[in-house]
Amino acid sequence: MKWNSETIVRQVLTVIAFSSIAGLLLIALFILKEGLPFILHVGPRAFLLSSNWDPANGHYGIYPMIVASIWITLGAMLVGAPLGVAGAIFLNEFVPKPAMRLIKPTLELLAGIPSVVFGFIGVMVLAPFIRAHLGGPGLSLLAGALILGIMILPTVISISTDAIAAVPSTFREGALALGATRWQAVHMVILKAARSGILASIILAMGRAVGETMAVIMVAGNAVKIPHGPLDSVRTLTANIALEMGYATGLHRQALFATGVVLFIFIMILNSLAGLVLRKKVRRS
Amino acid sequence: MRIAPKYTQRLAVALLGGATLLTLLVLLFIILFVLQKGLPAVTWQFLSQAPRDMGRSGGILPVIVGTFLLPLLAIAIALPLGVGTAVYLTEYTRETRLTRVIRFGTDCLAGIPSIIFGLFGFIFFVVILGFGWSLLSGGLTLALMILPTIIRTTEEAIRAVPNTFREVSFSLGATRWETVLHVVLPNALPGIVTGIMLSLGRSIGETAAVIFTAGSALRMPTSVYDSVRTMAVHFYLLAREGLSNENAYGTAAVLILAVLGVNLTAYWIMNRFVGRHT
Repeated sequence: MKWNSETIVRQVLTVIAFSSIAGLLLIALFILKEGLPFILHVGPRAFLLSSNWDPANGHYGIYPMIVASIWITLGAMLVGAPLGVAGAIFLNEFVPKPAMRLIKPTLELLAGIPSVVFGFIGVMVLAPFIRAHLGGPGLSLLAGALILGIMILPTVISISTDAIAAVPSTFREGALALGATRWQAVHMVILKAARSGILASIILAMGRAVGETMAVIMVAGNAVKIPHGPLDSVRTLTANIALEMGYATGLHRQALFATGVVLFIFIMILNSLAGLVLRKKVRRS
Repeated sequence: MRIAPKYTQRLAVALLGGATLLTLLVLLFIILFVLQKGLPAVTWQFLSQAPRDMGRSGGILPVIVGTFLLPLLAIAIALPLGVGTAVYLTEYTRETRLTRVIRFGTDCLAGIPSIIFGLFGFIFFVVILGFGWSLLSGGLTLALMILPTIIRTTEEAIRAVPNTFREVSFSLGATRWETVLHVVLPNALPGIVTGIMLSLGRSIGETAAVIFTAGSALRMPTSVYDSVRTMAVHFYLLAREGLSNENAYGTAAVLILAVLGVNLTAYWIMNRFVGRHT
């Protein structure tokens, strides 16, 4: 009797353990099932490389959205990665432990600010500032990149912090014993040892930036055109889906799912890259 | 000319410290800005009345109810699956190819952007399974989204339970499942609760995945098949349509306070109860 219930429990748990894999496969399956036939129907070239997005007249080119997503993500990394990594180094190496106990929870609380709130700040504060001082419509590639750069800060800081904290303290002590200053120990020894973890944090943050939707919709302006400068209004892949999903039907809806397929592929590449970087580190140590 | 290490050290500390300060100030500014603009609109009437005229006036009571019902449903669905997975990974198997596949799947699921969850939830739960824009569709979609968080925090909490606890339980004749149920899970409970609170915080602020699955009805929901509107969605719609700046700010303030409250509780539980078995 006892033996029986143990086997049942084990079997139930084995099935449950596959729930996240099952979820992932279901998501991939249904996004592909809706999107892939469309890509084959209009042809990958016309879909990915045409700049004409006009669903009412049957034109479905998402090239401007791909370009916009890439630029806005790179811009966000330019803002978020240096600030985030600098923050992680400072918090780990130069801040006394008691102060850390106050700063770390604060940062983690800030990580919970909803993306619509970031978007709203972008609309109310950042966009008017850009319009007044730099020109252009204000709602722009630059505004989107800045807001996204701020949004990814907690991700970069928390994962980089873990990577730096994982460096054995003997490394640090060895460098200091040889007469290095704390900064020399940081940039000659600790950063080298924590390199892959920091890189992984940046790649994961990139994934977040590519996939971010609500904040970008609110601040980037959403015009479908290839940007010529940072002050131009742009529409990202995510914004394209969210803006038109509410009323799209038929081929148009399939085109949005196809946009989702492209986004999904972007994200999977970034996630696998981060996984690869981290695994290499594990093998070496 | 070579600069003496003493000065590069000072320069580096100043730059790094400046960057950290800037980060903290920007993030604090965002919270204070929203609270300062929004709190004046938050009155008892605002919290206790139904919206009138598409949210231009009146309160946000049904929206608050929706904001908490949806994540609660999601947690009710994801909790057994997440805890079950974590128990399987830690107590019932060794590290094998299979567990690596499960971990990889969990990591991938955690990296998927919310708009993709929204697309999937819309086509699968709303259209194919025919649940419509409803509490149920939204709850199932959010459940998938928070599953990785629950698996990870539970796994960590279970691993922190010392092995001697299990050995004592086995030596008293308990089976593996009895040990899990009466020894491991009770001791891992604070960690699991932290995971639940973090998931709750994330779900409350979620917009893209919710708007296409739970819809945006302003009525008070009476069943799981009713559409609900969450505070994040309400705020987004008010701000985008320019319906009422005052009510938008007020909603944002309540939203931020809710998220901060939930996350603070999670942090408090983590520090108070977790990792004390040493």
